[in-house]
Amino acid sequence: MAEGVLARAAWGLRAYGFIVAMWVRSTMAYRASFAIMLAVSFATTFLDFAAIMIMFSHVEALGGFSLPEVAFLYGTSSVAFGLADLFLGQFERIGGRVRDGTMDLLLMRPVPVLVQVAADRFALRRLGRISQGAMVLTWSLFQLDVDWNVGSALMVLVMIVSGGCIFGCVFVLGGAFQFWAQDASEVQNAFTYGGTTLLQYPPTVFGKDLVRGVTFVVPLAFVNWMPALRLLGRDDPLGLPGWVDFASPAVALLCCVITGLVWRAGLRAYRSTGS
Amino acid sequence: MTGEESVDDDGFIDVRELEKVFTVRRRSGFLRRTTSEVRAVDGISFAVPRGEMVGFIGPNGAGKSTTIKMLTGILTPSGGRLRVAGVDPWKERTQLVRRIGVVFGQRTTLWWDLPLRDSYALVKRMYRIPEARYRANLERCVELLELDGLLEVPVRQLSLGQRMRGDITAALLHDPDVLYLDEPTIGLDVISKARVREFLLNLNAEMGTTVLLTTHDLSDIEYLCKRVVVIDHGRLMYDGVLAGLHEVGSSERTLVVDLEREMPPIEGVHGARTVRTEGPRQWLAFPAAASAAPLVSQVAAGYPLVDLSIREPDIEDVIARMYAR
Repeated sequence: MAEGVLARAAWGLRAYGFIVAMWVRSTMAYRASFAIMLAVSFATTFLDFAAIMIMFSHVEALGGFSLPEVAFLYGTSSVAFGLADLFLGQFERIGGRVRDGTMDLLLMRPVPVLVQVAADRFALRRLGRISQGAMVLTWSLFQLDVDWNVGSALMVLVMIVSGGCIFGCVFVLGGAFQFWAQDASEVQNAFTYGGTTLLQYPPTVFGKDLVRGVTFVVPLAFVNWMPALRLLGRDDPLGLPGWVDFASPAVALLCCVITGLVWRAGLRAYRSTGS
Repeated sequence: MTGEESVDDDGFIDVRELEKVFTVRRRSGFLRRTTSEVRAVDGISFAVPRGEMVGFIGPNGAGKSTTIKMLTGILTPSGGRLRVAGVDPWKERTQLVRRIGVVFGQRTTLWWDLPLRDSYALVKRMYRIPEARYRANLERCVELLELDGLLEVPVRQLSLGQRMRGDITAALLHDPDVLYLDEPTIGLDVISKARVREFLLNLNAEMGTTVLLTTHDLSDIEYLCKRVVVIDHGRLMYDGVLAGLHEVGSSERTLVVDLEREMPPIEGVHGARTVRTEGPRQWLAFPAAASAAPLVSQVAAGYPLVDLSIREPDIEDVIARMYAR
């Protein structure tokens, strides 16, 4: 390829931008419907948190974590997941695209397939989940007994960005696997929607094997658990070395590399089988 | 970029011994699987010069779509050589897609929920079409395909005929050198069909666009293409002018004679046989390549002949006979 990798990435981002802009404009043509969808998205996700609050009206702590601490986990997990869902939420439809043949159409346009899938039907109403998560997170930040300084604030920020990347990778990976197994979207949902629900609770309420699984196999623990344990001054239930708490960005980067390779392999497999 | 000068105009699309083998896995036991090979395209060769219009026909599953998918770079060939405008479609897909346009009769390339105008605006940005060219091309298509008034309508609300015209427009906004049409007239009414055909002829004549179309509707080919390629079981059965199919297909013409009165079936006419009688009218079949004149004189000599006509073989029958072989 004569075009450099950077030029391709820049073109991909630009294409993502104008496809998304088109979808936003088209949703905004029906403002009332958009407002309702946004409110519904906000309300349904809020019910999640209401369940946690109800639990705390009966108990003092959950797995040794107080309400503000659980709210912090909830908020970081929700926002990270919400960002991934907003920007990359279309990947579960790949199986359907392969089945009905619309995948071919994407291959015939001069924009990377990954970008086209990511931007397709971009839905701003997903901001509902993010804003709800952000509200819970903000509330927890004021309630928590944490010494806030530049370092800890930066840690929260890095944690959300890397968390979003990790969730995003799970979305894309789940999509890529559908090139081989077209009905895999439910498996993907288990990791995405299931994953975010899991991370909304402290790791101490789960069995160690499960925690190990989401640390070493599907590294969801790096979305919020690991860095949050450090911020909240808690012990790691697995007793891992301290630097692991800061590993989230590196894990996110590794996930992106692996995901990129799997995606390319998936697309290549599709182009040789066509089914 | 490969210069266009280097592309031989006679082999603008150049296909040699093209193959596509699919491995089909089937579950044969609880965990056991058997694999078998399906040769969807089995050594096809042809060349299309720039500006030609070629029709692809063949029964379902003959390998037409697979061939088109390899030509557009969607599918990787298993063997053979393939060049479109001097480019290997599979290796340089992203470069090639800017030079080809594709239209599927069965599904739209447009965005279902967006109005046509927004879809076109998106196409413009994806293909980086300069504003002036975009506007000129859009205006031309809107006028010739009678799309005005439809530009603000979401694609899902368009009728099949309107949608097809909308799709053709989308495929042409970036001035492609080659246009692939997969069943472009499927499900269209007579008027829409005529409009689409008219437009394609005009496009080919004025813009010199090379057009490859697959169809089940032979009247499409009769109307549009001088050349037809017949594919069956992944192999090339015929490549040439439409009329030439008759000779290859061992087809028969029919001599229809009206006699003065009802008579027993005509006998003793050399080179023909009576296939049907109905009152005073009789049908005689004879090889398409043979001359009708001696038949007519033989019949006139032995029977009270009132009127006669000759029917050309039905092209569909000819092709059906080819497939059956």
